Amino acid sequence: MFGLDLSFFDLEMLRKFVLQGFIFSVQLTVIATLGGIVFGTLLALMRLSGQKWLMWPAAVYVNVMRSIPLVMVILWFYLLMPFLIGRPIGAELSAVITFVVFEAAYFSEIMRAGIQSIARGQVFAGQALGMTYGQNMRLVVLPQAFRNMLPVLFTQTIILFQDTSLVYAIGAYDLLKGFTNAGKLYGRPEEAYLLAAVVYFVICYALSWLVKRLQAKIAIVR
Amino acid sequence: MNLDWQIFLTDDGSGRTYFDWMLEAWRWTLAVAGSSWVVAVTMGAFMGTLRTLPNSPWLVRLANVWVELFRNIPLLVQIFLWYFVVPKIFPAFQQVPGFVLVVFALGFFTSARIAEQVRAGIQALPKGQRYAALAMGFTTAQTYRYVMLPMAFRIILPPLTSESMNLLKNSSVAFAVSIAELTMFAMQAQEETSRGVEIYLAVTAMYALSAFAVNRVFSLIEKKVQIPGFVVAGATGGGH
Repeated sequence: MFGLDLSFFDLEMLRKFVLQGFIFSVQLTVIATLGGIVFGTLLALMRLSGQKWLMWPAAVYVNVMRSIPLVMVILWFYLLMPFLIGRPIGAELSAVITFVVFEAAYFSEIMRAGIQSIARGQVFAGQALGMTYGQNMRLVVLPQAFRNMLPVLFTQTIILFQDTSLVYAIGAYDLLKGFTNAGKLYGRPEEAYLLAAVVYFVICYALSWLVKRLQAKIAIVR
Repeated sequence: MNLDWQIFLTDDGSGRTYFDWMLEAWRWTLAVAGSSWVVAVTMGAFMGTLRTLPNSPWLVRLANVWVELFRNIPLLVQIFLWYFVVPKIFPAFQQVPGFVLVVFALGFFTSARIAEQVRAGIQALPKGQRYAALAMGFTTAQTYRYVMLPMAFRIILPPLTSESMNLLKNSSVAFAVSIAELTMFAMQAQEETSRGVEIYLAVTAMYALSAFAVNRVFSLIEKKVQIPGFVVAGATGGGH
């Protein structure tokens, strides 16, 4: 069909080439999401703290990260990591560190919007109950902010999963690379790209469908 | 770490300095991003409009498929699809230069996101606007052309600004099919000179500067087209 030959596509090929890359892409996505949310929340708290010496560095960090293309950030870390650590590290580890650092900036914007979406009265109520700043954040504000932002956080995770394919720039072995290598070996590079596109589409479409359902569910609870 | 900026004045072996090379790469980045922007806004406005048509379920479905298709495949994979797969399936595309294929890839990818914004912008308008236009005897096309789209575009200007900045940043992915843009320059020059830090710093600054310029241009447009008394709340969203 259309001059394409998909005969090389079978379980054996998936197991030999794609599985390893798929596992790495998922690992990268999960670690970057969790790490990004943790550091992103800290950054958001810094930006909303009202203390100049905390707000300023956090704002610079977030805005700088957001104005650089991800590919350049990936290249930067791959270049600088050996200097910082003193020895060369693999493309995979470099990618993980890069994504956590990079995504923290994006997640911090989401968490900032989430924290700001909480009514001021909630904060005042917490203070009136004698809660410290930490208790107020941990017990009152953050749980609600997190919940409000859940669909947005998941959407960002789907974007993140798509962006993991950019580790191509430093040659890390991800889902796309699995297909590319298989395509090279079987002499069918075009078909391999097409299959990769289908796999990415199915995963991302399914996930965004789930996010849509989640959104509807959260909307009903309120 | 000692920085050696003189590297930019060195000859790269073909009679031009690395600085000249970088400026040329910058022009490629602007050319890719600019052309893709035209494709993205045109297709995005068209598809976004289709998604809000009141009595054409099939057109709405078609536009929905468009958005889901281009939104759920990574940009890098889409670029490979246009560059390698499309010419293989449709031999007519073998004559099309790589630059144009990348512009299609980046443009269509971004059009899906802009279509989302356009749809949201149109749906944010009070229903009365559509009815008022219809009551005046406007056709559907006229309603969109003269009443709804001009308002919707003003509403979506803030998210459109950040999407345009994203487009500029995303143009860096074109390195994967050897378009001679900034990221490609960064990778090649780094390899040739081993002066990665200086090269990357300069390229990063070029990107940041270009993105900032896009931002300024849009805020200028926003001020120019502002309707007195009509306040638009800024929208935030994810994405890169």
